[in-house]
Amino acid sequence: MDFFDRFAVPHPSFLIYASMVGIGLTMVAIVLGITYFKKWGYLWREWITTVDHKRIGIMYLLVALLMLFRGGVDAIMMRYQLSMPDNKFLESQHYNEVFTTHGVVMILFMAMPFITFFFNYLIPLQIGARDVAFPRLNALSFWLFFMGMGLFNISFIVGGSPDAGWTSYFPLANNEFSPSVGTNYYMIAIQIAGMGTLISGINFITTILKMRAPGMKLMKMPMFTWSAFIANVIVVFAFPVLTVLLAMGTMDRLFGTNFFTTGDGGMDMLWANLFWVWGHPEVYILILPAFGLYSEIISTFARRNLYGYKSMVASMVVISVFSFLVWTHHFFTMGQGAFTNSIFSITTMAIAIPTGVKIFNWLFTLWKGKIVFTTPMLYSMLFIPLFTLGGVTGVMLAMSAADYQYHNTMFLVAHFHNVIIPGVVYAMIAGLTFYWPKMFGFMLNERIGKWTAWIMSVGFVLAFIPMYITGLDGQARRMYTYSESTGFSMLNMVAFIGAGIMAISFALLVYNIYYSIRYASRDIGSDPWDARSLEWATHTPVPEYNFAITPQVASTQGFWDAKKNGHELFKGKYEKIHMPNNSGWPFILGCIFFVFGFAMVFSIWPLAIVTLIGILVCLVYRSFEKDHGRYISVEEIEETEAKLRGVKNEDR
Amino acid sequence: MKIDNSLPLEYSTEENNLKILGFWIFLGAEIMLFATLFTMYFTLENRIGHGPSGAEIFEITPVLVETILLLTSSFVIGLGIHAMRLGNKKAMMVFFSITLLLGAGFLGFEIFEFVHYNHVGATLQTSAFTAALLTTLGTHGLHVTFGLFWGLAILIQIKKRGLTPETTNKSFIFSLYWHFLDVIWIFIFSFIYLKGMM
Repeated sequence: MDFFDRFAVPHPSFLIYASMVGIGLTMVAIVLGITYFKKWGYLWREWITTVDHKRIGIMYLLVALLMLFRGGVDAIMMRYQLSMPDNKFLESQHYNEVFTTHGVVMILFMAMPFITFFFNYLIPLQIGARDVAFPRLNALSFWLFFMGMGLFNISFIVGGSPDAGWTSYFPLANNEFSPSVGTNYYMIAIQIAGMGTLISGINFITTILKMRAPGMKLMKMPMFTWSAFIANVIVVFAFPVLTVLLAMGTMDRLFGTNFFTTGDGGMDMLWANLFWVWGHPEVYILILPAFGLYSEIISTFARRNLYGYKSMVASMVVISVFSFLVWTHHFFTMGQGAFTNSIFSITTMAIAIPTGVKIFNWLFTLWKGKIVFTTPMLYSMLFIPLFTLGGVTGVMLAMSAADYQYHNTMFLVAHFHNVIIPGVVYAMIAGLTFYWPKMFGFMLNERIGKWTAWIMSVGFVLAFIPMYITGLDGQARRMYTYSESTGFSMLNMVAFIGAGIMAISFALLVYNIYYSIRYASRDIGSDPWDARSLEWATHTPVPEYNFAITPQVASTQGFWDAKKNGHELFKGKYEKIHMPNNSGWPFILGCIFFVFGFAMVFSIWPLAIVTLIGILVCLVYRSFEKDHGRYISVEEIEETEAKLRGVKNEDR
Repeated sequence: MKIDNSLPLEYSTEENNLKILGFWIFLGAEIMLFATLFTMYFTLENRIGHGPSGAEIFEITPVLVETILLLTSSFVIGLGIHAMRLGNKKAMMVFFSITLLLGAGFLGFEIFEFVHYNHVGATLQTSAFTAALLTTLGTHGLHVTFGLFWGLAILIQIKKRGLTPETTNKSFIFSLYWHFLDVIWIFIFSFIYLKGMM
């Protein structure tokens, strides 16, 4: 039985057993459901083997929503644990696991797939392309990401979750202080998902550089595509650092090397430095596309051209460069000395300048605009003040001398949630609401949507503003409990109530989807928001080939010009369209990677070697495969176009 | 598939162009990967713990042989691409085979070098320096090993399918990869071995 002992959870509790049963029952229910409705073939043909950027995007969205739920449950558990002094709900080890997985899941498995969903769905449509540059690699990216996510998520029922924080600093993360396999999961699952992200970064850069519609020069791209381009450049430069870092961490834990040990020459600070050389650009990978979405939404609903297009682009480029020059500000207190700290203080504060430029550009876009307060616009208007508050506390944290007071307190926790939630999460929900009709052919209910936005914001303020105060009073982050004499209990209870209100707002979002599926009108045409860029120029639902005729543009908002200024988007006539074939190998390769990762986590070497050979065999098979794709004939295009026009508004 | 005959075969289709640009971007990511490894190496270079230092274990002979083998192979693959552009399938295959043989020779010497390090007590676990050294060299060596399999697969395809837009595209991209490994080796030779021996 020794072999199986390693799969046991080191610190079992009722909650973990309950989730095991829950997960088991859900899996059985899903399998039975698919079998009962005979959907296996459909699932395989239409989704698992798909190379269509729109479907891959929607799969990213599903994962992101699932992980939002998982990370959200972790958050509620933490807030409940801290809502009362000396609470016994979670013990210390379990609390460590919960905050670690909350961080990793929310950043890497919720926010990242959410923005990748927008990249996938929007980039080809915004630049007037038929698909991404490498459709199969795109599928491979998704499946690698998906398997990494799966591997990370089984950790809490098989072998134990990582418990060294989402930053996983050494020496805490070494075998001595983190003896369970949890941190192995961290190293290997993120490695697999990270490869997927790197591959999709290469894919999107190539797509944006080479596949833009005729007339769309770089400086005529929609702002979201610009932000996506810059974010993906950061991905390509930052993720290899993570690859090396995780490989070294894996070797320290599995092969006994001395990279980050405290003896034999090892240097634990090397981990902290390299982690943040990746980690700080990572937060800009998340926020820049969010800025891009806000730009699209604000310009659409102010009914104005985006103010300061060139300065928007320039500020994003400056942010992307500076993102690599600020990493030390994450550990001002760890002994670099005054000179180094001062330099990184200044570079950090300097980032506020281009960010401020963007905020003012949005405000000037609104000025004299005919503002329409839709749900996406409401989120954007809530974003500006709330995010600015987070930015200001960021500048406070950037002062290295003062940081000795804030470091590792709840003040910091309040700060980064204050930028991530109004910055990224609001953008994701606003973007989802904005593009929902394009994807599914009906709109989300506006009334429920606005309630959601307001409730979420009330919850957010109640949950995180108290943390600024307790943080300044000295409440440390990652502490699983505190005594009544500290006086933190009142504010932590308020924060728990705020978290509960946020949970209600997310439940309302789900209810909104259910409600709109049942009651929303399907007769909305292809441009329900009166929007400006190319993604709205094609039909809803978007046909497989996106555009029957490649559009030609002459400004940053080709579709608006076509509607208002008589610009002709679609010149010429139908020609046969070349499309890539579906393929099963990205999924199969992903599955082998999953087993390989599992074998590595538990050091089952024979299995690891066999799966590694399997991976190589897959690659060789792919190299020899002959696949020239297929053509969609002109008759087929005519038929599809005629059918879709029937769904559209009769007046066109 | 539209073929533009004014361009070399490997650039002749839209898809080929995309693949070449995509691979250049991938090489950008690879540069970051090796840059991180070099950063890590320079940080840990003098942290030898109880183990040996670089000056004590480096030997110039195998390193020079490896350098000559890899640099020559990079030159030969250049000849191979030249032959490919002239449409000379046979010459190209000969040059590619020589490239792979030289690569295999390089790998043989590197394995010998690793055995030597193991023998003199510089194993992966000895110190931060040895771990950094073997990881950096090993990552390059793994790239060469992967390249050998990749090159072999391309060679078989050229033999079976001839010089088509697809096979020439693959060969050209492979040559970029091979030259890149050569560039990395020049950095390893200069800043790990020569600097370490001084």
